[in-house]
Formats: sequence, structure tokens, C-alpha cells
Amino acid sequence: MTKLKTLYDKIWEDHLVAQSDAGDDLIYIDRHLIHEVTTPQAFEGLRMSGRKVRNPKATLGVIDHNVSTHKNRHQGVEVEEDSRLQVETLRQNCDEFGVELYDILDVRQGIVHVIGPEQGFTLPGTTVVCGDSHTSTHGAFGALAFGIGTSEVEHVLATQTLRMKKLKNMRVLVEGSLPLGVTAKDLILAIIGEIGTAGGTGHVIEFSGQAFHDLSVEGRMTVCNMAIEGGARAGLIAPDEKTFEYFKGRPFAPKGDDWDKAVEYWETLKTDEGASFDKEVVISANNIVPQVTWGTSPEDVLPITEQVPEVSNDAVKRAIEYMGLIPGQPLQDVKIDKVFIGSCTNSRIEDMRAAAEIVKGKKVADNVYAMVVPGSGLVKEQAEEEGLDKIFMHAGFDWREPGCSMCLAMNVDKLQPGERCASTSNRNFEGRQGRGGRTHLMSPAMAAAAALKGSLADVREYQ
Amino acid sequence: MQKFTVLKAKAAPMPRANIDTDLIIPKQFLKTIQRSGLGKNLFNDLRYDEQGNERDDFVLNQEAYRHANILVTGENFGCGSSREHAPWSLLDFGIQCVIAESFADIFYNNCFKNGILPIKVSSEDVEQLMQAAENKENEFNIDLEQQSITVGNHQIDFEIDAFRKHCLLNGLDDIGLTLQNESAIQDFEQKRTKQKAWL
Ligand code: SF4
Repeated sequence: MTKLKTLYDKIWEDHLVAQSDAGDDLIYIDRHLIHEVTTPQAFEGLRMSGRKVRNPKATLGVIDHNVSTHKNRHQGVEVEEDSRLQVETLRQNCDEFGVELYDILDVRQGIVHVIGPEQGFTLPGTTVVCGDSHTSTHGAFGALAFGIGTSEVEHVLATQTLRMKKLKNMRVLVEGSLPLGVTAKDLILAIIGEIGTAGGTGHVIEFSGQAFHDLSVEGRMTVCNMAIEGGARAGLIAPDEKTFEYFKGRPFAPKGDDWDKAVEYWETLKTDEGASFDKEVVISANNIVPQVTWGTSPEDVLPITEQVPEVSNDAVKRAIEYMGLIPGQPLQDVKIDKVFIGSCTNSRIEDMRAAAEIVKGKKVADNVYAMVVPGSGLVKEQAEEEGLDKIFMHAGFDWREPGCSMCLAMNVDKLQPGERCASTSNRNFEGRQGRGGRTHLMSPAMAAAAALKGSLADVREYQ
Repeated sequence: MQKFTVLKAKAAPMPRANIDTDLIIPKQFLKTIQRSGLGKNLFNDLRYDEQGNERDDFVLNQEAYRHANILVTGENFGCGSSREHAPWSLLDFGIQCVIAESFADIFYNNCFKNGILPIKVSSEDVEQLMQAAENKENEFNIDLEQQSITVGNHQIDFEIDAFRKHCLLNGLDDIGLTLQNESAIQDFEQKRTKQKAWL
């Protein structure tokens, strides 16, 4: 009898180049995404050792992490000097080594994890790496995708492979369907609340069950994006009809005969019935309520209907103090200063639509500054075609150019000390959105509702 | 990575223990986008005064040692942070070999990744080599294959892990090691082109 395999086992075995004496495997890397922040020394290393990029076509570059999101950014508005230098360096490196780059005036420019799938560069069954931990996003399409460090970036550029040890298999099975008004973001926040931020450490998480089957591919991206917040280096969802449909006609997707062959292969990409996992968690979707984080770790999450927790240990005490909250205070009473709708977690067209639907014809509360940062130039274009930009601007939102923006505050978009933000991003660590800034993670619809109310809000009252 | 076989060069004496990575390359130089170019800031605070002028008393500012390729120094060299900028700055300055009684672990590992040979010898040997380095006329001859340091007629042998020696002699960094699998990578790519033409 042949051994039953998980989806992870299958993709891993399909990419095994060699096994070394030291116990690691040499894995072939199909797709490599690069950006301005984690690559300068990698290219410098190639140059110093006289090496080339082995397969420039397998690498795609984009500028996203520290770019300005101002509409006149190409004229240097809101552009910082050290950021400008990193951007200029990536341009030169891509040019010198023959790597395609989506520069800021290119409509395809955007957040690296948004543009990969959007261009069909990410495909089911591929291995995808990038010098950024949220590379897990691409697992939504049944690609084995994970973040790497700068020396590994150089290794992939030079060899198109990586040396690594295989991780363990974990399954998160979510039974039942999500209630109305509850989104992919609420689902992944609830999962992290359940398993904790170290729950997936040392594992690749496969998400399976009805709830993920029901989700759109964009919703699945939101889930896999935050697999890393649950400790797993990669998340995986088996590709299905929705996945195939998504890629049809995308620039890098297979065409003609190749398409049929590809689909035939993609259909084999699922865990064998009865295959065993090293760890398994089962969750019911039926009772999940819109979620919001209260603390400084993504696992500090609660249903919006709850109260700030009582101080039970030092970590909780420190988090509550940093966040400027009062134990027992209803979450819905917590006033906010800023709203950020964007990041590779939630900046795709469906996210724009979900937020626009809530704010249509209404006004952002007086005490709030709210911004929408689309995930890519193409998302922005599509949103403008649908008139979503008008809806946002009429409501009082700032409509920005694509980039990572206030997800990590490497450009001028940041929180001031003490400011509180309803954010659709993925990390609420101390200082993540600016020194002293306070972040509450939630879905785009929830963030939109918070913008209208001026405090954390239950979106179901706005639908 | 450059192969390390035989190095015939001047050695600069730095008789000081616990030289940490912040002394090797202070943190304000970490914002760079490059690995190269750090040589001018190697030992920055020891080498320059507040106005940025060279300090005459610092060994690498003395004519005889400006182009030294070897450093003889005290114990626990390279302690502190894990910054790979430390070996990068040494290499960029031209230091290809550091001789000391002991090294901090991470720094020691980082040296091999960058083609620098760190040599551990006994404290008596360090003392002798320090004296030898202080004589501006002396040249050191380091032979990795033979695992020996020779100055004039005096020879000292040293120990080194066989695998690391192999990598240095052949100029193999992690990437170099992987490239030893070149034929396996090529076979994989051929198979992949046949089976998954769409990639
Ligand atoms: S949006 Fe945030 S999490 Fe995503 S790639 Fe950019 S910085 Fe990283």
C-alpha cells in the first residue's frame, strides 16, 4: 500500500532536489518575490562573489514596504531619504541582474503578497518564497509559501533552491459555516485566539473544512496570511474550482494545452483521505462572532460583544497598560483616533467592497482620521471603476496609492504615541504602527463601522 | 566566496580582550544597503577621534599595518551581537585571518560564511605571535592545508574542523555547497520542464 500523504507532503516531495548528509533537504523554489527592504545585501553578496541570478524569470521585484502612499509620490512627496535609497538600490539591482520590477508608476505595483497571485505568478503546487514573513498568504492557492531571511534570499537568487528541514503537519479543521456578517478575518482571528501565537510553531498548517470551502480565494488569502501569526511558517488550503477559475487568463498563468495539463496536476493537490497529521485542532464556525484584538499580540482577541479582560497575569497587565484600556470596559466603548484599511491581509477588491458597503452615504466620525490603501494599482483601478473611491472620499476617507503603509509604518504613514487605530492589518505588537501607537486588529467591515462610530463597533449593527 | 589556501602578509597586533561587535563596527553603520564599503568604519571609535581624524596610536593607522591582512588579538574576540556586519567590515578592510585565544560563537561561524579564517591558539602562542607581530618587519605565513602559522623560522600548528577547512580551501559558502549539487539541480529542472511546462 502506498503511504497516505498530506498536501504538504506532496508539494515537498515534488520539489525535492537532493538530501544532504547534514540532514536537510535541498528544495527547488519555483517563485521568488523580492522587495526593497530585505534584498540589498543579498544582491551585494552575489556581486562580491561574482554570481548571477540563476533564473531571473523565476524572480519578480516590487517596491512596497517603505514607499509613500501620497498621490504625488513619484515627484518625491512624502518620500524619506533612506527609503528612497533602498528603492533606488532595488531598481539598480533588478536592472543589473535582469529581474522584472514593478516600479511605482506601474499599475501592477502593489504589496508583494497581493501582486503575486494577481499576476498569476503564484500558482497552485508551486514553492513561493519572499524575504517577508507574510509570504504564507500564497498558501491560499495550494502553494507552499514561506518567508526567508536575507542570506536565504541570496541563496535562492544564486541557486533557485533552499536547504531546509521538513516541518511537521498540522490541520485546523473548521466545521460548519460562518454566520452572516462574519468574515475570513474574524475566522482567522478566532483560530489564533484558540491555538495561540505559538500554536503552529514548527508546523505547516493545512486549513480544511466547510468554512474554507465556502470562502472566496481572497478570503482564503486573509486566512493564510495570518497563519504566521499562529506560529506556522506556512498555511495551506487545497486548490479547487474557485482557485482554478481565479487564475484563468492571468498574465503568468498557463495557457492553451498547458492550462489543461496544469489543472490536471492541480486536481491532485489534496491531502489523501485518512492521511495523519502530527497535530489537529477542530473548531466550529457556527458560533463565531466578529472579532477584535484588545492587546499587543494577535492572540489577545475577543468577540466585539465582550469586555476588556480582567488582569490575570503580568502579560495581560502590561498589554492593557500599553493599550490604555480599563479592565471590564466594554470593547464597543473604546474610542479610536485612526482607521487603516489596507495591508496584505485586507487590501483586495473584496475588502474594498466590504468596507465601502458599510460607509456608503455616511460620514466618518469627527474624531477620526481614516485611510484606505489599496493593495495594488490594479485593485485601485478596479475600485475606481466601481466608484468605491467616491464612496470612501464622500464619507471622509483618504484614498491612497498602493503600498504596505501603516501596516508597519516604514513610510510617513504612522500612529503618533498614544494614538489608537482600528486596523485591518495583521500585527498589533507594541509600536508596530508607530512608536507608542495602539492597534486593534479587525476585518475591513468592522474597521469601516468603527470609522463611522468613532469607537470600536459591532458591524452587524451597520449592515 | 574567495578560497583560503596560503596567506603571506603583515599581522597587526591588538593586545586587548573582549573586542565586541560594536567596537568592530558601531551600530550607526548598520543602515547600509551593502555588505561592502564597511571597511572604512572598521573599529570606527578606536580608529577615529570625534572630529573623524585618525588616531595615531591605533595600530591600523600606523604605516606598517595599514595593509595588514591578519589580526592577532586577545581572547573572546567578536562577542556581542550577531551582526554579520562585523566580518563584512573586517573583510572589506582586508583582514582575512584573525588569530586569538578564543572567539565568540556566532562571530566564529560568521567568519567561515564570509571566507575569513579564525585561528584559535593557546595563550602562550598568542603571546609569541603578538610579539612577532609587533616587529614591523615580520611577515606571517598562514598555510591552511598544513594548519600552520610560520614567522621566520618559528612555526605554530593549529586545529580546525575538517569540514570547515574543506569549505574554506575550496571557497565554499552555503551557496557554494549547494552548487556542488549542480547536476542534481539541473536534472530537477529538466524533469520539471517536461512535467510542468507551464512553470
Ligand atoms: S502589508 Fe504589512 S505584513 Fe504585508 S508585506 Fe507589507 S509590511 Fe508585510
